[in-house]
Amino acid sequence: MDSNRNSAPKSAHAASAGGVEPNYLNAHKGIWSWMTTVDHKRLGIMYLVGILTFFAAGGIFALLVRTQLLGKIFGGPGKQDWLFSGDTYNKLFTLHGAVMVFLVIIPSIPASLGNFFLPLMLGAKDVAFPKLNLMSFYVYVLGGCFLLFSILTGAVDTGWTFYTPYSSTTSTSVVSAVMGVFILGFSSILTGVNFIVTIHKMRAPGLTWTRLPLFVWAQYATSLIQVLATPVLAITLMLLAIERTMGVGIFDPKLGGDPVLFQHFFWFYSHPAVYIMILPGFGVISEIITVNSRKQIFGYKAIAMSSVAIAVIGFLVWGHHMFTSGQSELASAVFSFLTFAVAVPTAIKVFSWVATMYGGSIRLNSAMCYALAFLFLFTIGGLTGLFLGSLSVDIHLHDTYFVVAHFHYVMMGGTMTAFVGALHHWWPKMTGRMLSEFWGKVGCFFVFVGFNITFLSQFLLGTKGMPRRYANYLPEFQTLHQISTVGSYLLGLGFLITLIYMIQSLINGEKASKNPWEAMSLEWQTDSPPIEHNFHVQPVVKHGPYEFPEIDHSLARGGH
Amino acid sequence: MNLGFALGHLMAQAANTASWWKPIQASAHASSVDSLFNFIMYLCFFFFVLIIGAMIYFVVKYRRKEGVPIKTSPIKGNHTLEIVWSVIPGILLVIMFAWGFKDWLAIAVVPANAMEVRVTGQKWNWTFTYPKEGIVSPDLVVPAGQTIKLVMTSKDVLHSFYIPDFRIKRDVVPGRYSVLWFDPAEEATHQIFCTEYCGTSHSNMLSKVKVLSSEKYEQWIANGGEEEGGAGGKPIPLAEKGKKLYESRGCVACHSVDGTAKVGPSWKGAYGTAHKFADGSSLASTDENYIRESILVPGAKVVAGYPNVMPSYQGQLNDKQIESIIEYIKSLK
Ligand code: HEC
Ligand SMILES: [Cu+2]
Ligand SMILES: [Cu+2]
Repeated sequence: MDSNRNSAPKSAHAASAGGVEPNYLNAHKGIWSWMTTVDHKRLGIMYLVGILTFFAAGGIFALLVRTQLLGKIFGGPGKQDWLFSGDTYNKLFTLHGAVMVFLVIIPSIPASLGNFFLPLMLGAKDVAFPKLNLMSFYVYVLGGCFLLFSILTGAVDTGWTFYTPYSSTTSTSVVSAVMGVFILGFSSILTGVNFIVTIHKMRAPGLTWTRLPLFVWAQYATSLIQVLATPVLAITLMLLAIERTMGVGIFDPKLGGDPVLFQHFFWFYSHPAVYIMILPGFGVISEIITVNSRKQIFGYKAIAMSSVAIAVIGFLVWGHHMFTSGQSELASAVFSFLTFAVAVPTAIKVFSWVATMYGGSIRLNSAMCYALAFLFLFTIGGLTGLFLGSLSVDIHLHDTYFVVAHFHYVMMGGTMTAFVGALHHWWPKMTGRMLSEFWGKVGCFFVFVGFNITFLSQFLLGTKGMPRRYANYLPEFQTLHQISTVGSYLLGLGFLITLIYMIQSLINGEKASKNPWEAMSLEWQTDSPPIEHNFHVQPVVKHGPYEFPEIDHSLARGGH
Repeated sequence: MNLGFALGHLMAQAANTASWWKPIQASAHASSVDSLFNFIMYLCFFFFVLIIGAMIYFVVKYRRKEGVPIKTSPIKGNHTLEIVWSVIPGILLVIMFAWGFKDWLAIAVVPANAMEVRVTGQKWNWTFTYPKEGIVSPDLVVPAGQTIKLVMTSKDVLHSFYIPDFRIKRDVVPGRYSVLWFDPAEEATHQIFCTEYCGTSHSNMLSKVKVLSSEKYEQWIANGGEEEGGAGGKPIPLAEKGKKLYESRGCVACHSVDGTAKVGPSWKGAYGTAHKFADGSSLASTDENYIRESILVPGAKVVAGYPNVMPSYQGQLNDKQIESIIEYIKSLK
C-alpha cells in the first residue's frame, strides 16, 4: 500500500512521452472487470451512476408531492379532490426524504467524487484499502436494495425521521426501510475510515498538510463525522427494529419507553449528518472559486480550521431540533447558544470565498456559475437558520414550511448545487470529454431560477403558519403552494437539460486536454481520463494547491 | 450598505401593516416574537446584500477580458479583516440568542392566575376538557382577557399543538403532560394545527380557538359547552348535532357517510343491519347499545374485515353527545 511512497521521483517528461498507456476506462474490459474492480476511479463512477439514478427517483417523488400540493383542482365526477389520498402522499414525501438524504446527499460528493479524486489529489495510486472500498460499494447497493424492498412491500409512511411511537406502531414496512438505512450507515463508516487513513498515510512527497487542496480538508472533516456519528444512528435504528419485532419497550410509552429519547438519538446523528452533507460541498466551492479566479484562497487556514470547528461544534447542537419537544429549558438554551456559535465558522467561509474573487481574473464557466449560485443559495440557507436558532422565533416556525425551505436551501441549494458544479468542473478529468458550456449555463439558469421560485415561496408559507407534511391545506395557502409547484417544474427542467447534455458529451463531446482549467492541484497533472495507476511517475509537490502562474507576486511586497 | 437597511426596513414595514404573509398578532407574546423576527430579518437583508453585492461586483469588475494580460492579486488573507468578520457577526449572534432566550423564558413560565384546560391529542382530533365544569369540547373556547393554561397529553402517537396567531407550539406526547399558555386579548377565532406528523389524516387534525367575551363564555359554560340554539333560538335536532360531532371529533377521518369504506366501515347502514365480527360472532341487527359500545369500547366487537385501530372515546364524549351521534347514524339509511 505504501509502495508509491518509496518509488523515487523520476523525470516526468521521460515517462509520459509514450502516451499510449490505456486509461482506467479501457484498461480492462467487460462487466465483470467493473463488478470486481478495486480501482477507486471506477468505484467513484459506479457510485456516481447509482447516486444519479436515485437522485432522479427522489426528484420524481418530489415532483409528485408538489403536484399534489397544487391543491383542489383534480376534482370531478367520481374523483377525489386531491391527486393522492393522505396515505399515498405520506409515503411519497417519506420516500422523497429518505432517498434524497440516505441514498443521494450523504454519499453524493464523498462517495463519488471523493473516491475518484481524493487519491489523485494526494498523488496516490489508490485509497489506503482498495478492497474495503469495493466492499463499501456493495454495502451501499445492499442498503439500497433493502429500501427498494420496503418500497415494493408497501413503502413507509413515517417521514425520513422515523419518529417514535408512530414508527413503532404504523403498519407499513418500517423494519426493512430501517435496516436499509442501518446498512447504508456502514457503507458511510467504511468510506470514512478509508479516507482518513488515506489522507494520513498516502500523501505524495512534499504534500504537507498546509499544501492539501481544501477539498481534501473538507473530506477529512467529513470522514471524521461519518466515523464518529454514524454508529449512533445504527444503534438507534437497531433499537427501533428490536422494539417493533420483539416488543421490547424502548421508545414506545405503551411499552414503558420514551419517545423523546428516540429524538435525542436520532438528531445526535442527524445534525452532524447535516455537516456530512455540506462540508464536502464547501470543499468543492473552494476548488472551483480559486481555479476560476486564478487566486490563492483567501484565508486557507481559516477555511481549513473552520471545517474542523464545524465538525466538532456540530456534535453539540442536536437539541435545536427539539425546542418544542419538552426537553429541559436549560438544554434548549445551551443548544440554541451553540447553534449560534456554529454560525461563526460558517460565516467565515462565505466571506472568504467572496474575498477570494477580489483582484482575480474570473472565468465564468458553468462550474463557476454553479459556484456563484451556491454562494447565493447557501447564504440564504445559512441566514434563515438564524431565525430557527432563536428560541422564541423557532417555537413559531418549527415544523412549518419555513423549516422545509431552510433546509432545502442548505441541502439542495448548498450541497446539490456544489455537487452539480463539481460534476461540471471535474467532468473532463473523469470522462476525457468536455461539456457544452452554452447548455451548461442554460441548465444552471433554470436550476437557479426554478429553485428560488420553489423555495422562497415556502419561506412565506411557513411564516404564515403552514405546517409541513400536510397532504392538504386551508384555502389561504393555495396561491403560494401553486407558485412553489411551478418553480419545482422549472427546477426539474433544469436538471433534465443537464442530463441531456451530459449524455451528449459522453457520446460525441469535444476531447478534453489534461488540464482544461489550468489548475495546480495534482489530479490535473495526469491524463484525462487518468491511467489505471493514476500517475506515470510519482509526483512530487513543491508548492501549495493555489499558486497559479498569473499571480503577480511583485504586488506582494509593501502590502499589508 | 445603507441599501441593505433601507430594503430590510421597507420589507419589515410591509410586513407589519399587510398581514398577507404573517399571521395576525393575537397576543403580546406574538408581537414580541415578531419584533425579533423582524430584527433578524433586517440583519439578514443587510448581510445578504453585502455578500451577494460584493460577489456580483467582483464578478463584473474582475471578469476575464480577452486580450488583456492576466495579472491577479497575491493576497492570501488579511488578519484584521478576518478578525472583524468573525467578531462582528459573533456579537450580533449573541444578541439574537439573548433576545430569543428572554422571550422564550417568558412563555416557559406559566402565570399564576391562569385558567386550566386539558388538551387531548388523538389520531386525528383534539379534545378540550374543562376540569372544573366537566365540559368536553372539540373547540378551545376561552374568555377574552383570561390567561389560559393548557395541560396536554396524547392517547397514541406524538402530535404538536400549534396556534400561529399566538406564535406558540408544543409537542403533545403520550405518557407525559406538556404545558403551554397564552393570553387571548380580543374576541376572535384562531386556527389550531397539528404540526407533528401523525399519519393518514395529520393534515385534517385541525381545530379552532374561539375567544368569547366573558358573558358569552359564561353562557357557553351554562349551556354545558353546547353552542347556542339554531336560528330563532330553536334547539338543534340531535341528528344535526351528531353530524357536527362527526366532523369536529375526527370520526370523518376514518368513517364515510356515503357507503365507501375508509379506515373503518361507513356509517351508512351501520345501524339496524346484520353484522359479522372478526371473532366469528355476529348480530342480526345492530342497535343503539351496539353503537354506544363501538364508541366507548371499540375493541369489544371488531367488524370483520377492519383492523382494531379505532381509539376509545371514553371520557371524551358525554352521554348527550353519544346520543346525538347515534341519532345521526340512524338517519343515514
Ligand atoms: C382511527 C380511525 C377511526 C376513528 C378516528 C374513528 N373510528 Fe370508528 N371505527 C374504526 C374502525 C377501524 C372500525 C371497525 C373496527 C371496529 O369495529 O372496531 C370502527 C367502527 C366503528 C363503529 C361500528 C361501525 C359498524 O359498522 O359496525 C362505530 C359506531 C364507530 N366506529 C363510531 C366512531 C365514532 C363516533 C367516531 C368519532 C368520535 C369514530 N368511530 C372514530 C376506526 C375509527
Ligand atoms: Cu440540526
Ligand atoms: Cu399530526
